[in-house]
Amino acid sequence: MASILTVDDSTSMRQMVSFTLKGSGYDVVEAVDGVEALEVAKTRPFDLVVTDVNMPNMDGITLIKELRNLPEFKFTPILMLTTESAAEKKQEGKAAGATGWIVKPFDPEQLLSTIKKVLG
Amino acid sequence: MAIDMEQFYQVFFEESFEGLEVMESGLLSMDQGEVDSEEINAIFRAAHSIKGASGTFGFNHIHDFTHVVETMLDEIRNGKFVPTQEAVSALLGSVDVIRDMLQSAQDGAAVDEVLVREKCSELQRILDGGRAEQVEPEPEQALPVEEQAEPTIESELNQRWMPEQKLLGWHIIFRPLPHLTRTGNDPLRILRELSGLGELQVHADVAAVPPLSRLEAESCYLSWDLHLQGEVPREELDEVFDWVEDDCDLIIIPVFPEAKSGDRKPRQDDERVQQSVPPLERRKGERRHEDGHNPIEHSAGDRRVSKPAAASNSIRVDIGKVDSLINMVGELVITQSMLSMMGHDFTMDRLEHLKDGLDQLERHTRDLQESVMLIRMVPISFAFNRFPRMVHDLSVKLGKKIELKMSGEATEVDKTVIEKIGDPLVHLVRNSLDHGIESPAERLDMGKPEVGVIELNAYHKGGSIIIEIKDDGSGLPKDKILNKAIEHGLVDEDNDLTEREIFELIFQPGFSTTNTVSDLSGRGVGMDVVRRNINELGGYIEISSEEGLGSSFTIRLPLTLAILDGQIIRTGSDIYIMPLVSIVESLQIRTEMINVVAGRGETVKLRDEYIPIIRLHEIFGVEDAKATELSDGLLVIVEGDGKRCGLFVDDLIGQQQVVVKSLESNYQQVEGISGATILGDGSVALILDVPGIFRLARGEGKGGMVEKPVIDSTESGIAGDGERV
Repeated sequence: MASILTVDDSTSMRQMVSFTLKGSGYDVVEAVDGVEALEVAKTRPFDLVVTDVNMPNMDGITLIKELRNLPEFKFTPILMLTTESAAEKKQEGKAAGATGWIVKPFDPEQLLSTIKKVLG
Repeated sequence: MAIDMEQFYQVFFEESFEGLEVMESGLLSMDQGEVDSEEINAIFRAAHSIKGASGTFGFNHIHDFTHVVETMLDEIRNGKFVPTQEAVSALLGSVDVIRDMLQSAQDGAAVDEVLVREKCSELQRILDGGRAEQVEPEPEQALPVEEQAEPTIESELNQRWMPEQKLLGWHIIFRPLPHLTRTGNDPLRILRELSGLGELQVHADVAAVPPLSRLEAESCYLSWDLHLQGEVPREELDEVFDWVEDDCDLIIIPVFPEAKSGDRKPRQDDERVQQSVPPLERRKGERRHEDGHNPIEHSAGDRRVSKPAAASNSIRVDIGKVDSLINMVGELVITQSMLSMMGHDFTMDRLEHLKDGLDQLERHTRDLQESVMLIRMVPISFAFNRFPRMVHDLSVKLGKKIELKMSGEATEVDKTVIEKIGDPLVHLVRNSLDHGIESPAERLDMGKPEVGVIELNAYHKGGSIIIEIKDDGSGLPKDKILNKAIEHGLVDEDNDLTEREIFELIFQPGFSTTNTVSDLSGRGVGMDVVRRNINELGGYIEISSEEGLGSSFTIRLPLTLAILDGQIIRTGSDIYIMPLVSIVESLQIRTEMINVVAGRGETVKLRDEYIPIIRLHEIFGVEDAKATELSDGLLVIVEGDGKRCGLFVDDLIGQQQVVVKSLESNYQQVEGISGATILGDGSVALILDVPGIFRLARGEGKGGMVEKPVIDSTESGIAGDGERV
């Protein structure tokens, strides 16, 4: 089954994403911010990254840029979780190399269907 | 797959409350003009997280309100709005509102919608005002213009053919830019999704593929001419291309029966067609507030939590603590199996081994016990955190200038202690603010710095935790207290009370020196309640004060309520436990040390101090006491509430850690007893409560106390310890 790295500083959000994905059989690894995510990413590849944008230490946009610099993550789909008000964030994210976004608030079904589409 | 979101509520509430604390402390430091971008970012992030999560977990009213707060924070962050004192106060107030909303959601209670709406419009008003003053108002027409994007060929086509004709399908020209794959997007995914919408004819255009020598493996050279059949809504197509609209040239043309527009191939050079694809602005799930009306009006009631969202009493534990616990259990299991192996074929020559094993078992059990206790320990910052805000708000209200200094916030205390010490601490800090620190003018007159200082310190000292509340205010007015006490008939006029004894008077029920009941104090809670609450926790409070220089309240609390280091004492056939922290010393006295003072009973002279003697067997009515002559038994000097006395007992047996069992929940409150425990031999021993014993002795008129007997008829006696087990 596909492996997914989920990054969010909010424990409840991270748990919700992780629980939902694990429930569908994905292999999920959690990270609390960009720094931790990058550390994990340097040790192993993932089939998909789902990251929050606003995070302490290293935000999602920087993380995406950093990931795109890693050979293993050059083409890996990276989705950002963004709030509806942040249209410019989407653009910023796209410029950094994000594949797409999931708009918060979302429910587990939306999350799953989007991820299924991306992973095929 | 249906996922029960409620399982995440508890974590959501916890982290949101923590986020609010971050916001609050950040806002407070902003108030003092020390805002830096890191700080405002942290505040924004906290608000943003609460907003995102509350929306996701279905608390829409919290989401909507937090959105307004976040908007203001965002403007501050971007320098578009310079925060005024008013704005900071409003934001602080909003933190309270969010906290209330979270609390209501957690408890399943209703939200005070009026308050929410008021706060919301206050924020909006401040923000609008601030914007108008500080930045050029953005041209209001800008938005609508953008929204009615310039008519394009495509939209013209749509308009021309849409109304009366039945849609056959779509002709899509999808030409990814070379970098599309580098965003992790796969054109095949898009084709796959389209084919899920209807029958799809795919023509790949390979014209742009360069010769192999010049081919960059990472770029996308293909483009597609797609015919999708079926009455597929345009929005669904937009959704498919949502993520890639900026990474490709895209033309989407509807196909109708007669027009056969699908056959009309746009020319390669038709720049206008290619450029004119309107931006696809999908705003799924978006609630727009730009129209200026108040979102809360609709949504405050959106989510009436039908039942309390499982407000379980949880505790966050450092993972290190859990690990060490697991380690210790491992050790214990090893010791246990070693002992049980020994038991299979035990011979007397292995007695030493057995003893070693038992020692080990004891050691591990003790370690384990200590580690388990540690799990309940939380930093006292949980109790201290509310004070910066409180001091800020109250000093503004009182027109005083006060600086709060805190130290030792990381000191760990039992969770139950934290929960119960909050109110007494609030009372003491309020007292310092209200009665202690003088107004700036008064302070300057007295040659003191204008800004008063309140200090909150916490630290460990010999198995107890000490919390100090100090201020550099006016100090306790000794004469005023004494006059008041005489007025109330608490003491005689011709008393000879020491300074310390006078201060003690403020702990008497109903005692208050202020004539006017202020907004802050005078809430019907007196210092007597503060002392009683602290006593209930097995702690003591002491005062020191110097008129004109300030006062200091020192609270001494046990580290935990569940376990107690006790001295086992015996009188007659009764065994009691005396908390070790209460014991100053134990001694055998000689007859010549004893004095009988009129009205004070027996006292013992110890290093120039006359200490009253309480005979334990008398106050507890023990009939078979072995020692009835003071020189036969032992005198245990105990201390509590700033007083000392000698407790006369038969014998000291040994020291032991005991597990405290509540007497109140198993039987009833008993004066002089704080709880019970079960000893190693299975018998029950009562745990003595020193302040309670003082009261008992006073009530019986025997033994007497350091101070003169005071009227004590209203005091209900020490409360028990319902939560101690």
